[in-house]
This record gives sequence, structure tokens and C-alpha cells, in this order.
Amino acid sequence: MEAVLFFLAALGALGGAMGVIAMRNPFYSVLALIVHLFSLAVLFLLLTAAFVAAAQVVVYAGAVMVLYVFVVAYVGGGGESAWEPIPGQRFLAPLLGIALFVELSVAVLSSALLALGTHGPDVEAGFGDPAAIGTLLLEKFLLPFEASSILLLLAAVGAIVLAGRKREETA
Amino acid sequence: MNVEWYIVLSALLFCTGAVGILIRRSPMVILLCLELMLNAGNLALVAFSRMVGNQEGQVFAIVVMVVAACEVVVGLGLIVAIFRRRLPLNVDDLRELRG
Repeated sequence: MEAVLFFLAALGALGGAMGVIAMRNPFYSVLALIVHLFSLAVLFLLLTAAFVAAAQVVVYAGAVMVLYVFVVAYVGGGGESAWEPIPGQRFLAPLLGIALFVELSVAVLSSALLALGTHGPDVEAGFGDPAAIGTLLLEKFLLPFEASSILLLLAAVGAIVLAGRKREETA
Repeated sequence: MNVEWYIVLSALLFCTGAVGILIRRSPMVILLCLELMLNAGNLALVAFSRMVGNQEGQVFAIVVMVVAACEVVVGLGLIVAIFRRRLPLNVDDLRELRG
């Protein structure tokens, strides 16, 4: 059962990722990324990370993707030019990607981490649920938590400065 | 399922994102591919946290999500600013800052 769910979710995640890079229209790329994010949330649930899965669906597939859809609708999906500054880039890039994957796989499979071949230790029922993660965030990781909230505030201010309409432009 | 499977899947997703960044020209799609790569990193973090039975890796994944959200907000702000100035939305044409 778990294996079936893993392969279905892995297929969804990979298909979504392929869709993102293959679709001509950026709008369809965003939709493919939403499929990818939902599949990843299923994988997180399989790894007993309930809070991360919920945050993935609510924050990413909900909020961030709405932002993307708005910007794609505002800017419009223009066609990409066929001009290539580096000759053969379209054929070279997948080859380099495959090389990177082989390299990473060799690194994983030949690593000395014996626990990689296991399911991981048995964990108690509360592993990764909102209460456990919240306790960690507010006790052990309080400083990173506050720092990330300041980072979010800075990003919001930066986006307003970058994208905001200037007074003299409207006049 | 063994943790290996999750790590190899995460490597595959990371490479997909990297290939996307190399072959696509639209800055919007490049941002989407960055999301793919960050999410592949997240999957590896959560898988390793399951492997050692420690929840702290999941906190790292949440911090990565925050950073990704900030990156998206600033990136989309830049795209809107580029669009406002009637510049082409193509990373090959926007090369004036290149060294």
C-alpha cells in the first residue's frame, strides 16, 4: 500500500516537474507545478511530516501559486524566441542534467550511510505533527523563527518597492 | 519504502529543475524551476529527518519554504518591474548586467 502510494506520488511529482519545463505557456507551467506540489505533500505525509505537508499545500499550492497565477495573467505568456546565444544549448542541457543525476545517484548509493537502505526507526505517534514542530520552533529554534519572520517582512517591503507604481508615472 | 528511494527521487527532481533553468528563457519559468530545485532539497531534508528519526530536519524544511516564498515575492516583483518598463521578458535579452 505504501509502495503504491509512493510510486503514484513520485510519478505525479516527476510528471509535474517535466510539465513545468516542457509547457510553452507559463500558465500551464504554473498548473503543472501545483500538481508537483500536491504530490510532494503526499510524499511528506508518507515520511510522517504532517505539518510540513500541510504547510506545503496551504502556503505553496495555495498562496504562492495564486501570486504566480496573478503575475502570469498580468504579464501574459509571451512566446520564447528560438535564438540561442550558446549553440546547441537545448541538446547540451539535458545531457548535463543526466550527468548531474548520475553523479548524485552514485554519491547516494555509494555513501556510507547504512540507514539509507532502511525505512528509518519506528517513531511515536506525534512525530512531525503541528504540536511537535511548533514546540521545536518556539523553544529550540526561536531565533531562526524570528529571523525568518523578519526576512518575510523585508521581502514584502522589497516587492512593494520594486513593483510599486511611482507617483510621477501615474501623473 | 526505503529512504534511498526518496533521496534518488529528490536528486531526479533537482536535475529536472536544473535542466529547466538551462533550457528556458522566460524569467517566470526560471523562477518555477528554482521552486522545483528548492522543493527537491526539501524532500531530501524531510527524508533524512525520517531516516535519523529526528524532527529537526522538518524545521529546516519549513525555513527553506520561507526562503522560497521570499525569493518568489522579490522575483515576481522584479518581473512586474521589467514588464512596466516595456523591456522584453527574456533572460537572453536582459543581459546588460552580465559581467
